[in-house]
Amino acid sequence: MNQEKQVYISSVGFTNVGEHWNESIAQLAMSAITDVLDGTSIDQFDHIFVGNMMSSVISQQHNVGSFIADYCGFNGVPVVTIESAGSSGATAFHQAVLSILSGQINTALVLGVEKMTDSIGSSIYDVMSVGSDNDWELFHGVTLSGIAGLIMRRYMYQHNISNELFANFSINAHNNGANNSNAMFRNKINLERYLQANIVASPMNILDCAPDADGACAIVLTNECIEFSPGNHIRVAASNMSNSVLPLHDRSDILIFDAAHNSANMAYHQAGINAAQVDVAEIYDQFSIYAAMSLEACGFVQEGNGVDLANQGGIDINGVIPISTFGGLKSRGNPGGATGVYQIAEIALQLAGLAGVNQVRDPQWALAQCLGSSGGTAVTHILEKINIK
Amino acid sequence: MQIAKDWRIQRHRYSLIGTECVSCGLHMFPPREVCLQCTSHDMKEYYFSGNGVIYSFSQLFIPALEHVENTPYIIALVSLDEGPLVVAQLTDVDYGDVEINMPVEMVTRKLSSDGQKGIIRYAYKFRPKLLC
Repeated sequence: MNQEKQVYISSVGFTNVGEHWNESIAQLAMSAITDVLDGTSIDQFDHIFVGNMMSSVISQQHNVGSFIADYCGFNGVPVVTIESAGSSGATAFHQAVLSILSGQINTALVLGVEKMTDSIGSSIYDVMSVGSDNDWELFHGVTLSGIAGLIMRRYMYQHNISNELFANFSINAHNNGANNSNAMFRNKINLERYLQANIVASPMNILDCAPDADGACAIVLTNECIEFSPGNHIRVAASNMSNSVLPLHDRSDILIFDAAHNSANMAYHQAGINAAQVDVAEIYDQFSIYAAMSLEACGFVQEGNGVDLANQGGIDINGVIPISTFGGLKSRGNPGGATGVYQIAEIALQLAGLAGVNQVRDPQWALAQCLGSSGGTAVTHILEKINIK
Repeated sequence: MQIAKDWRIQRHRYSLIGTECVSCGLHMFPPREVCLQCTSHDMKEYYFSGNGVIYSFSQLFIPALEHVENTPYIIALVSLDEGPLVVAQLTDVDYGDVEINMPVEMVTRKLSSDGQKGIIRYAYKFRPKLLC
C-alpha cells in the first residue's frame, strides 16, 4: 500500500439478508445507506462505488449505480457500477481504495447490493452461472453448483476423504449465523441433518450450498484517520485483486484456487504480515468445498488440510482462524454482488469489538476474501485495528 | 441461448475441434487464440480423438434452465487422451456405474431445445467406451 496515504473505514451499514419481496433494488440500497450514514459524520462523498452482479438481467436495469445514487439523494456525485460476478462488492471496495490512494478523491461511499428475488427458480441459477464460461459450461448444463460438485468429487478422491467431513463448515457457519440478526438462516444444524440433506450436485448436498438472497451493505471510506468506534481506527492495510483461468476445464489444477492464492499472498505483502498473524477471516464459503480450498489458498493450512482444520475446531470462534463469524455465505446468505461488502463490514465489526456473542478475542488483523466465477477472480482485503486509547 | 452464437461455434461442438499451440505443442479445448502454457499466439486447429477418461463427475438435481426436462443429469470433467479437460454431460450410463478413471468416448447428441418451434441444440456428450 501507498505509505504516504492511508484509507480508513468510518462506518458500515447493513440490511438483513433474505427475501425482500416488498423492496426494490433502490429501496434495499437506501436501507443500507441510511444505516451507514447513522454511524458517521461524513455526508458528502467524492465518489460512489456500487458493486452489483446481476441487476441488468434480474431487475432489467443498466447503470444501476446511477439509478441508486439518484434515488438515494446523491445528485451530482459521480458513481460507477462495478461487476466481477460474485466478487463485485469486494471489487467495488477495492476500486474505492485505489481511488483514495490515488489522491483524486478523499471520501467514498461503497455499496454492495443485489436484488435476487425478482427472478426465481432455475432462471436465477442460470443468471448466476453466466459468471462462468457460458458457451462451454452453462450451455452443457454445468451450473455453478455443478462446477463445485465436480471440484468436491475430485478433492475427495485425491485426498481420500468422505463428504461428511465437510459438514463442519456448514455447522460452524450456522452456529455463528444464529447470533447475527442480519443472517438469512439463523437455525443451527448438526451432522445428522447434514447427512440427510438433499443432493444438489453430487457429492454436494443443499447444506453444502449458500442460499442466494437479497441484501445491501454500505461502507464509508475516507483518507482521514477518524474513529470507527470509540478508541478504534480501522485501517485498510491491504487491498488486492487477482485473476486466473476462468473456466474450470482450463485450470492447471482444479483443486487450487490460483487467483485466491496470489491475491492473498500479495495482500500479506502489502500489509506486512503473514497468514499466521490473521486473527479472524471471512472467506468465500459459497460451497463448503470452496471454504476448504480458500483456507488453503490463504495459507492458513497446507494444501489438502482445509477439511482437517474444520474438524479440529480450527475455524470456530475460538479456533486458530475463526471464519464465517457472522454466518458466512452459508448462513448469513449470499446476496451476490453485495457479499464482498458484507464480508469487509463484518471483519471491521470484529476488529472494533462489536461482534456481540460471536466476538473473537481482541483481534488486530482481519482478512476478507471474495471470489467470482468459481474462483477465477479473487479479491482480498486486510484490515488493521489501531487502538488509540 | 442465442442462435448466432450457437451457429458460430457448432463446428467445435460437433467435431470436438480445439487448438494446438505451434510453439509449445499444448492442446486446448475449447479453442483459444493465446496459449495457456506459453502465451504464444501461433495456433492451429486440432481435431481431438474424443477418447478420454473421467476426471470427475456430478449428478445435478437443480438444473440449468434449458436442461430441466433431463433432470437429474450427469456432468463430467473428461481428461482427453491429448491432454486437456473438457466438461460435458454423460450419456448411455447409470449414475451408479460412473467412476473416476472410467474410459469414455465422445458422441454427438441432442442437448436441449427451444420447444416445438425453436431450434434443437446438438453437442458432444461422453459415454462409456465401447469395446470393439
